[in-house]
Amino acid sequence: MKSMFAAFFAILAIAVGANLALTQAGFSSQERTSSSAVRLDP
Amino acid sequence: MKRILISLIFTLSFVSSAFAQSTAAPDRNATGGAQTLEDIMARQRGEEVDNSFRSDATGDAARAAEISKQLGTLGGNSDPELWRALRFGSADITASNSGPAAEVLIQDGGMSWLNLRAGPLIKYGGGLLLWVIGLLGLFYLIRGRIKIDGEKTGRKITRFKAAERFSHWLLAGSFLLLGATGLITLMGRKFLIPTFGHEAFSVLAIGSKWIHNNVSWAFIIALVLIFVFWVVDNIPHRTDINWLLKGGGIFSRGHPPAKKFNAGQKLIFWSVIVLGGSISVSGISLLFPFQFEMFAATFAKVNAIGLGTYLGFGELREVLAPHEEMQYAQLWHSVVSFVLMAIILAHIYIGSMGMEGAYDAMGSGEVEEQWAREHHSLWVEEVLGPQVPHAPLSTDKKPVAKAAKKSAAELAKVADAPITFAPTPKKKSKTQSVKLAEVKAKKAAAPKSAKPTATKANAKKTTAAKPKKPASET
Repeated sequence: MKSMFAAFFAILAIAVGANLALTQAGFSSQERTSSSAVRLDP
Repeated sequence: MKRILISLIFTLSFVSSAFAQSTAAPDRNATGGAQTLEDIMARQRGEEVDNSFRSDATGDAARAAEISKQLGTLGGNSDPELWRALRFGSADITASNSGPAAEVLIQDGGMSWLNLRAGPLIKYGGGLLLWVIGLLGLFYLIRGRIKIDGEKTGRKITRFKAAERFSHWLLAGSFLLLGATGLITLMGRKFLIPTFGHEAFSVLAIGSKWIHNNVSWAFIIALVLIFVFWVVDNIPHRTDINWLLKGGGIFSRGHPPAKKFNAGQKLIFWSVIVLGGSISVSGISLLFPFQFEMFAATFAKVNAIGLGTYLGFGELREVLAPHEEMQYAQLWHSVVSFVLMAIILAHIYIGSMGMEGAYDAMGSGEVEEQWAREHHSLWVEEVLGPQVPHAPLSTDKKPVAKAAKKSAAELAKVADAPITFAPTPKKKSKTQSVKLAEVKAKKAAAPKSAKPTATKANAKKTTAAKPKKPASET
């Protein structure tokens, strides 16, 4: 059971990490499809 | 290669819009070259209509009037010609936003994709899952839980190490999340919005998207891990044929001999690897939109080997709009996921409520020895060596007979040995010592006058004993 819970925790950690990494790397749709001339955020 | 071939077969079922046109051009003189009533009626009947008479009629810039003249501002094109150019993707577009899709203002194939996604994909994909769930329920009613036939020994054998179980649960947990969020994304518009409303579904959809996009990496990592851990034990073996011919003993009382993984488990493993790999590839192409053009390249290969013509689909279009690449990727991603979900439903059933003792393999990693002997007799022989006292109940007589012969000889030797047994690690392996201790314990326990005290402690050790080599090799 420890392995199972460790794996579930790892899923969470990987998901959060992937989100941070991809956001930092500039792979969000906003960054990929808009330019500085487009203001999406208020 | 196999994945590519499978992908082609599935892909070909979605390419109705990509078929080559072979019908003879009708007479359109009466309409001055524009579409006729027959064209419209044919389209409404669902027939393929050659649209080249429209897609090519986008004006002629060489014959354009000067820009200062009437009609000159459109570069020689009339409004209908301009709209046709936009619709069929031949207009010269300059967009202020970036990305290849930005220059496609009208994507004609989008409607057929949307209809396919909202209709048959949900209908047949969801139907497949419900059908499998119903079939498993029926199977449970008929067959019941597959129990351990023989008497439990109370001893455990280590079946999966912690790292293997971690990888399995990493894959399983991520797959469940991806499956659930994928179904919400696909079916939410049809089933959830009418029930919960747009606002509630919006929250659910945004959450599902975040989970689906980010948990996917855990799935991909786990897929690589389980491949590394288990590929060797999942290479097909001749015993798999016997196992399959006997249907895995599901409807009989016997258990065909199997190694660490039986043929059914191997089918699950390779399904997960091949289909999961394909889902991962199409998923990555969806995560990074318009970066990978997989289907145009695949269609070109299909045309090159003549597979489309052979199957009656004709030549497939090798130039696809950026959106079409994504639409094919989404359809492929969904179809393969439905197939894998159906397979995994059966796997979950047999690994939990369907079979007594099976869950322990991934729960604690320690399985009941009797369970292992019944379902993976050859693996147990590899790990512990053949034994008479806990002989498997397999109806397959050959391996049992072999095991009985060997074990009988060993038992006879042990029976003559002095009762004051002590392991002799110099000559015997740990496995053999433990095994002999067990046999002696049985022997000592049988007559009441015997002294079992010397062997109890050793017998308990079996729980943790998992020798690297079979005893027969020492």
